[in-house]
Amino acid sequence: MLSRAVCGTSRQLAPALGYLGSRQKHSLPDLPYDYGALEPHINAQIMQLHHSKHHAAYVNNLNVTEEKYQEALAKGDVTAQIALQPALKFNGGGHINHSIFWTNLSPNGGGEPKGEMLEAIKRDFGSFDKFKEKLTAASVGVQGSGWGWLGFNKERGHLQIAACPNQDPLQGTTGLIPLLGIDVWEHAYYLQYKNVRPDYLKAIWNVINWENVTERYMACKK
Amino acid sequence: MLSRAVCGTSRQLAPALGYLGSRQKHSLPDLPYDYGALEPHINAQIMQLHHSKHHAAYVNNLNVTEEKYQEALAKGDVTAQIALQPALKFNGGGHINHSIFWTNLSPNGGGEPKGELLEAIKRDFGSFDKFKEKLTAASVGVQGSGWGWLGFNKERGHLQIAACPNQDPLQGTTGLIPLLGIDVWEHAYYLQYKNVRPDYLKAIWNVINWENVTGKIHGLQKVNHDRYAEYVKLFMTIFVVV
Repeated sequence: MLSRAVCGTSRQLAPALGYLGSRQKHSLPDLPYDYGALEPHINAQIMQLHHSKHHAAYVNNLNVTEEKYQEALAKGDVTAQIALQPALKFNGGGHINHSIFWTNLSPNGGGEPKGEMLEAIKRDFGSFDKFKEKLTAASVGVQGSGWGWLGFNKERGHLQIAACPNQDPLQGTTGLIPLLGIDVWEHAYYLQYKNVRPDYLKAIWNVINWENVTERYMACKK
Repeated sequence: MLSRAVCGTSRQLAPALGYLGSRQKHSLPDLPYDYGALEPHINAQIMQLHHSKHHAAYVNNLNVTEEKYQEALAKGDVTAQIALQPALKFNGGGHINHSIFWTNLSPNGGGEPKGELLEAIKRDFGSFDKFKEKLTAASVGVQGSGWGWLGFNKERGHLQIAACPNQDPLQGTTGLIPLLGIDVWEHAYYLQYKNVRPDYLKAIWNVINWENVTGKIHGLQKVNHDRYAEYVKLFMTIFVVV
């Protein structure tokens, strides 16, 4: 189930009687801005493909996988359930991650956070610049496809930077609550930045929606 | 060390006295054809970036990593040696994989293999078309970055299809001998095919260099035949003696 802060899709679990039709499917959330809104930092062609093709495919494949999973569950076929796990993690993670990502970006973004968010960053990383360096390094350093993350460690009550491979979701993988994700799959930047992932990272800081990141942070502190 | 079949880079291990300067570095192999030679199936822009930027970076980073590894080894710093392993696998695998890949492709490629390789494919997959379907499916199905492979299982003496994530090299990971690799990292196709990896897979069959792939298996199946012949000779000798 996607965390409430992420987006508006809602799901109801099928009643115990097994009527599968009542389960609502996942759907592609709307982008909160036009495809060209993040130019020149992330171009319109990338945003359009990324949202309407890549994210859409994760949503569709997640629905298909969940349907198969329901059937396997109903038949008591544990082997099939387990065989479906990679597809669930991949497509489910892809849906979760991208749903967060679109809200983490904004045409009015950039600059630095304020107030409590900024204080937490200074406390946990020394300064905003040091935090920026660390998250950039973690994102650039992903070998293959994956994501860089700023997350919140609830147990320790502090911010933490992490990287996850492929579409492995931050919370399911590490327990950290996702605040800000940087997609470093090649499809996220290649059409514009080619092999130069560091240039993409430099540019993306210009469109980070600190209001959204702060909202997520305040929500986890409760 | 790269297998001889792959390319011409040679390496000499540093002498035991520890003079690091004598170790030869890895180098980017030349592409056997122009960047535009595989058009329209794989465009020139992709080939140029893929070879001169991506593969070149693996080579450079492999050399840097190996230098750091030598230092750690000389200092007896096992922690550092282990910490360097991911970089070695990533960049070393990237160099191995791409060196094979460039030779697997050709502007005169496509169609079907002949002779020994075709027979082996029919034997192990039923038909060439079934083999094509399987390797395509394995390649399209890679979640994230990785490679689809046709490999040779030496123990069993048969062909096998496999997929490896990221730059994990086929032989080091599975023991299979790499014959034909399909790079499905997005950088291998995105500029031309965008998100539609299946279209890239359809196109790449037009430039597969079957001569090269045949050359790789020829050496392997020959070894098995020689070994079999040796066993036969041995038994005959024992029989005669007895």
